[in-house]
Amino acid sequence: MNDYKESKRLIPGFSLTLGITISMLSVIVIIPLLSIFRYALKIAPVDFLNIILQQNIRRAFWTSIVQSLIAAGINSLFGTIIAWVLVRYTFRFKRFFDCLIDIPLAMPTAVAGITLSKLYSDQGWLGRLLGAFGIHVPYTKAGLTIALIFVGIPFVVRVIQPVLQGLNSQYEEAAQLLGANKITVFRKIIFPEIRAAVFTGFSLAFARGLGEYGSVIYISGNSDKNGTKVISYVIMQKLNAGAIDYEGASAIALVLLVLSFFILLVTNLIQIRNNKRNY
Amino acid sequence: MAGNEELGNIVRKKHFDAGRALLICISVLFIGSMLVLPLGTVIYNALRNGWKVLFSAWRAPYTISALKVTLYVALVSLCVNTVFGIAAAWCLTKYDFRGKQILLSMIDIPLSCSPVIVALGYIMMFGRMGWAAPMVDWIIQLPYSINGVILATIFVTFPFVVREIVPVLNAIGREEETAAAQMGAGGAAIFLKITMPNMKWALLSGMSMCTARALGEFGAVFALARSRGETFTLPLEVDALYMTGRKDSVAMAFAAAFLLILLDVTILAVKNIAEYITKKKKVDEAFE
Repeated sequence: MNDYKESKRLIPGFSLTLGITISMLSVIVIIPLLSIFRYALKIAPVDFLNIILQQNIRRAFWTSIVQSLIAAGINSLFGTIIAWVLVRYTFRFKRFFDCLIDIPLAMPTAVAGITLSKLYSDQGWLGRLLGAFGIHVPYTKAGLTIALIFVGIPFVVRVIQPVLQGLNSQYEEAAQLLGANKITVFRKIIFPEIRAAVFTGFSLAFARGLGEYGSVIYISGNSDKNGTKVISYVIMQKLNAGAIDYEGASAIALVLLVLSFFILLVTNLIQIRNNKRNY
Repeated sequence: MAGNEELGNIVRKKHFDAGRALLICISVLFIGSMLVLPLGTVIYNALRNGWKVLFSAWRAPYTISALKVTLYVALVSLCVNTVFGIAAAWCLTKYDFRGKQILLSMIDIPLSCSPVIVALGYIMMFGRMGWAAPMVDWIIQLPYSINGVILATIFVTFPFVVREIVPVLNAIGREEETAAAQMGAGGAAIFLKITMPNMKWALLSGMSMCTARALGEFGAVFALARSRGETFTLPLEVDALYMTGRKDSVAMAFAAAFLLILLDVTILAVKNIAEYITKKKKVDEAFE
């Protein structure tokens, strides 16, 4: 620790790089977000509550939160399984499957949106298959959740993978040799080690899903009545030329921002407590 | 570590065979249905009318204009984010100071921020009624100029370069830089001769992540770009074509989407190669 304190003086460039970092962070990220706060907090509290508590807005918040939670839950389950399979087992084309996890990163959200709605439409490959069983996905909550699962899965897998890789398998082997069955080994030895990573992946996927726009708007149908209108769609509607409502937009955005900050804070606290932070 | 893993695999193979098969099946099914089928759908819909239709869709004036705008926006945001990424990573890994954790968390904000909020933030700041508008009116006119599109793209790709470099620089430590500084080397020399060679592959990987994401941003840009053929990026063009609902324009939407995916896949391939080299270097060093 002492060395490092000295090196602060030794390596040149501290004020220059800190200056660049803080000024760019402020102009690009902090000040625009604070501008929303500034505008939203100028609204009288009664009006603010009136905007937020409108039935369609409450519903949109509820839809976004519940569907992102479901999608993040499903992603955590399958993400853990996939990460486990990719780290611990060797099988043919493993490297190839590993690359496939990045597909959602290579598919921009708008492309993902139109593609999923095509895939699950009555003429689409999966839509036809599911239609035979009487299941209809587009314009339902299920469609919304599928889109959120699609965009969220790489986050979960890529967070858990390195932790599993760093896990020393000697404890599992010891437990096995002592007669523990595989469920006990997973519950008592592996899961405690990856719990923090699974939670981080869950909250990343949740936070991402909460504000998702491009991938969900095509497949969900954005219907207030069916509860498939997400909160970011409501904000976007209020920014559209013709129906501009900056007060409403910033009030909703403020609530959404506070919600995401809260998730970010909890994730950070858990990561710091577990001392597993990547950097 | 590698030896351990292999040993583990051998032990597990004896005991866990049914479980292993089941888990692999679940993973393959999930990846196949949730990820591969959508990708297949884009490719199928782009190619099913033949190459001729695909190329003519790519040559449509709107598509060409959108491609130009997209590449221009991605290039500018890549430059800005690379400068920021290097400065921030240097500052966060070479020194200790109060509030470092907070700074790190703030850089991560764009990852969990809704794209629509980004657009709203810039409108509130630089828009016609924004408080900063009078100061910057001559350069940023929201929401009708390309500068808004660039700003929004910089925002959403802001953390990528930093996040790739910082772990690498942290793992390397500061001894070499400290020694060089003690021997009288200047900041530029230390950076170019010591830090840069150590982090170049991580930097490349971060830059490709940043570009891939910049090419595809939709929500934030959607609220800030208003004129098709001028400030529309490729994702917006895909949306515009798809939303008209006519059969031929939906086909064109998939053709444009396919172009976007081709660009992204190329860039992500660069990232994977860069990551592979970083990993291989680590293994080589461990053996030395």
